[in-house]
Amino acid sequence: MSGSRHPQGGTIDRTKRLRFRFDGIAYQGFQGDTLASALLANGVMLLGRSFKYHRPRGVVTAGAEEPCALVTLLKGASREANVPATMVELHEGLVAESQNRWPSLRFDLMAVNTLLAPLFAAGFYYKTFMWPKGFWEKLYEPLIRRAAGLGRAGVEADPDTYDTMHGHCDVLVIGSGVAGLSAARVAAQAGLRVMLLEQDRDLGGGSLLDPALTLWRQEMLSALADFPQVQLLPRTSAVGVYDSGVVAAVERISDHRAEALPFTPRQRLHVIRPRRIILATGTVERLIALPGNDRPGVMLATAARAYVNRYAVLPGQCAVFFVTNDEAYAAIRDLKAAGIAIAAVVDPRPPTVISAEAMANGIPVLFEHELCGIAGRQAVKGVSVRPVGTIRLQSFPCDLVCLSGGYTSQTQLATQGAMAVTWNESIAGFAVSADTATMLAAGAVAGIFGRLEAAQHGHDAGIKACQALGSTPKSEAHPPPVSARRDAPMLPLWEVKAPGKAFVDLQHDVTTEDIRLAHREGYGAVEHVKRYTTHGMGTDQGKIGGLVGSAVLAEARGEPLAGIGVSKPRPFVTPVSWGALAGMDVGAEFKPERRLPLHDWHQAQGAVFVRLGLWLRPLVYSSTGDTSWEPVLEEARAVRASVGITDVSSLGKIDVQGRDAAVFLDRLYANTFSTLPVGRARYGLMLREDGLAFDDGTTARLGEAHFIVTTTTANAAAVLEHLEFHQQVTWRELDVQISNIAEQWAQFALAGPRAREVLSRVVTGLDLANAAFPFMAAGKASIAGVQGRIFRISFSGELAYEIAVPARHARQVWEAILAAGQAFSIRPYGLDALNLLRIEKGHVAGSELNGQTSAGDLGLGKMLKKNGDFIGRALSQREAMHDPARLGLVGLHPLDSSQRLRNGAHLVSPEEPRNSQGFLTAVCRSSEGPQDWIGLALVQGGTRRIGETLTATSPLHGETVAVAIVSPHRLDPENSRVKT
Amino acid sequence: MLRIRCPHCGLRDESEFRYRGDANAKRPLADATAEAFVDYVYSRDNLCGWHSEWWQHVGGCRQVLKLMRHTRTHAIAAVGLPGENLTAPVEEPSP
Repeated sequence: MSGSRHPQGGTIDRTKRLRFRFDGIAYQGFQGDTLASALLANGVMLLGRSFKYHRPRGVVTAGAEEPCALVTLLKGASREANVPATMVELHEGLVAESQNRWPSLRFDLMAVNTLLAPLFAAGFYYKTFMWPKGFWEKLYEPLIRRAAGLGRAGVEADPDTYDTMHGHCDVLVIGSGVAGLSAARVAAQAGLRVMLLEQDRDLGGGSLLDPALTLWRQEMLSALADFPQVQLLPRTSAVGVYDSGVVAAVERISDHRAEALPFTPRQRLHVIRPRRIILATGTVERLIALPGNDRPGVMLATAARAYVNRYAVLPGQCAVFFVTNDEAYAAIRDLKAAGIAIAAVVDPRPPTVISAEAMANGIPVLFEHELCGIAGRQAVKGVSVRPVGTIRLQSFPCDLVCLSGGYTSQTQLATQGAMAVTWNESIAGFAVSADTATMLAAGAVAGIFGRLEAAQHGHDAGIKACQALGSTPKSEAHPPPVSARRDAPMLPLWEVKAPGKAFVDLQHDVTTEDIRLAHREGYGAVEHVKRYTTHGMGTDQGKIGGLVGSAVLAEARGEPLAGIGVSKPRPFVTPVSWGALAGMDVGAEFKPERRLPLHDWHQAQGAVFVRLGLWLRPLVYSSTGDTSWEPVLEEARAVRASVGITDVSSLGKIDVQGRDAAVFLDRLYANTFSTLPVGRARYGLMLREDGLAFDDGTTARLGEAHFIVTTTTANAAAVLEHLEFHQQVTWRELDVQISNIAEQWAQFALAGPRAREVLSRVVTGLDLANAAFPFMAAGKASIAGVQGRIFRISFSGELAYEIAVPARHARQVWEAILAAGQAFSIRPYGLDALNLLRIEKGHVAGSELNGQTSAGDLGLGKMLKKNGDFIGRALSQREAMHDPARLGLVGLHPLDSSQRLRNGAHLVSPEEPRNSQGFLTAVCRSSEGPQDWIGLALVQGGTRRIGETLTATSPLHGETVAVAIVSPHRLDPENSRVKT
Repeated sequence: MLRIRCPHCGLRDESEFRYRGDANAKRPLADATAEAFVDYVYSRDNLCGWHSEWWQHVGGCRQVLKLMRHTRTHAIAAVGLPGENLTAPVEEPSP
């Protein structure tokens, strides 16, 4: 057991003990612990197994950059995999388990993968498993899936709720270290609206590690909290910067609680639209590549300092440090003060002021030495040290190794915001080197190290943001009580070459040798190396080792690191749960729902609803929920025999007015509307400019300069935009106005031989006699006392009227018609019956207007006007549009009427059963006539194939049916019913 | 996410707009050749730089707008109405 709890110090609450379980074993921690700190305090150093080699792994960091200590959290039915234990705040009853081990964490059989290491070298996916053919699917892939990988996702629906919040502010500060706090305070003092994001539980960033800054930090935070226009958001990770400076951030609201608060989401996605962004994301310490640098007990120096100072946890009893910079000596000092024995500090540099001071204070520093080996498997047992450039080994026993290879500026968000990020020699890293018009960098992310210096830089950035926004900042500064930085230059030391695996990516098990192999095999660009080796592709995105991998590559290429760069950091900077992205848009709220004006009536009458786009439409009326063909056929037969009524309010309805309205419609439609008399309606076909059919519908002329256009339900929005675009852009000179009236008007189709008799009983002000109001007539009338419009149009093939009334009167009119129709046994009919009636009649609908059919394919070629321009005219005349082999609309039915048809079945000849000649677009059972099943199809040659026999094959159902090709217009081909 | 300054509605999110393509594509006159229509329907420049394009504010005033947008940086230099002539800035946008 290595880790332990110090009796004093830290910010944990020792009066609140918390019980938790890890891999089934009960432990105790304190309020204020993370899962990582609590496990370390309990002496648990082994937390997981690595991705490829199943090597034992422990805690490496104390923050979001953690590559190794990934666990699965279990809460009720939900499991959340791959969560860094360093980011999990402990709560009572927390249950976590380790990952990628079998059968247990301590005894893991898959660790034999280490012996197979040559198989898992860089690019192994592409090399090892290429042969023999067929082995990939059957053998290799299942094997890899079992052996490699991280946590297992849950299969139950996520029981938690999530939320999305849209934020607006003048200045968004990301990061709450000394730079971020200083910048936020300036902006707040100037009266600007400020949001301050911090991914940690506590605000303060790096200042949390330094007890000397506690009072200063508390004063800054209480001052900020007093401004009403300042919003402080701890536990909130900025995960991406997007176009126009929009920032996405995820706030963890309930994750740290044993029970979620009522009416409170687990996490909240903030979509923030700031006027200025101040990036103060600081740095992350980086590892040094050397053999065994992945053993449990190897930790970054800053992390060890965080465990001691924040959590009062001693991560070991006896430590060896390997550091390349003066900053790390603060950690050495604090660990020593906490009682950890310092066996040795290995520093490859000659003595500096600070390291010499440490030496004078009794810390054994080995100057110009390097760490070249780490002993121990499941825990560190000791290290090997040698003078730089020699092989004279010296050993030190220890149970903790702290590495500090320098500090990498966290420039991910800067890169996404297109800030200039360039090589900075003094910090041996890439840092933001210039601000943009909307983004400013403050502190260590811009390469400004040192608390005092970073605070000043943050203050200056705040002033710049205020000035850019036209605000007058107060120049009063609040410097932290520390002296100026006096660190000697750090030494860019990336790798110690010695026998053994030296890791650059601890999560994906990428070694220095993998990087060199990738380079030797021709993958020498940094983005290629990433994909070939998976370096930096883990959930931690290589935050602590990414630059080290680039440095190894730079050496292999013999080029300076400045020109190599690091792979591009795309959003998300830290992992984001799917739930946070989905927010409230799940289940019934996944899409908005549009309801017909008569929705409640339909529901009360036992309608079974179907979703059509966003609309809910009655499919069939059945109080028992019966969706078989029987109730559909009853509804359809009622229409054919007497009268039925259906709600078509979801159709698109567009009011087109103006002196040039007729000219405009002539150009939009393939057929002519300028010749349409007032008081008449006409079926119209719209093409796309590429010559294919776009949409159809009926347009009525109510006045010389007044038309009502109807569109299909599916294309209502697209047709409206199409009309508006050509009105506003293509033919701006035309006097035409377009209004969308789809939701203002309800519309019903009243169909059947008794339709006129029913309608006459409720209509006044319009003579409905056949001669006075013939087929395709349109007019205004009073229907059940409501001023509306009547169009004598038919989709069913029967005598029919469409009645349009203002939506608020829909129920009054609908019920009046139903009452009038009682004497004729009127029935409401749903979408299935409507579709059945149109299939019998041979009208096209959405399944034929599929974006691939021309007017000719649909049997509507004659509608195209010969004179005058219209959308789609030129390209509808292309040769290929008139190819006789094109698929054309036909009707069909089984030769054996006891067989059924399947929608989507393909049409083949018995001789060539694998060669599709077309497919069925719509099928139904027939309401009348000799056939039971009928259908529409698109088949090569179209109506020229009438009389032939083909086979409809549906491999999905294992059915092949001999079908006869007939005219699509099987019902009343003379079209006499609609005219009687 | 782009933010577009609609002349009628102010600064709005991209999600309120529908992209409607290259504003340089002009519909040929009625007597133009089939080739001219093929060009209008199918041929587009794939440029890296300032691009004049249509965006309709379908979730707002429904006005079709003309934008001068940089295809690499997504910077928007100007927003106008269909009749306006927008000129591309001489300079590349600062990132």
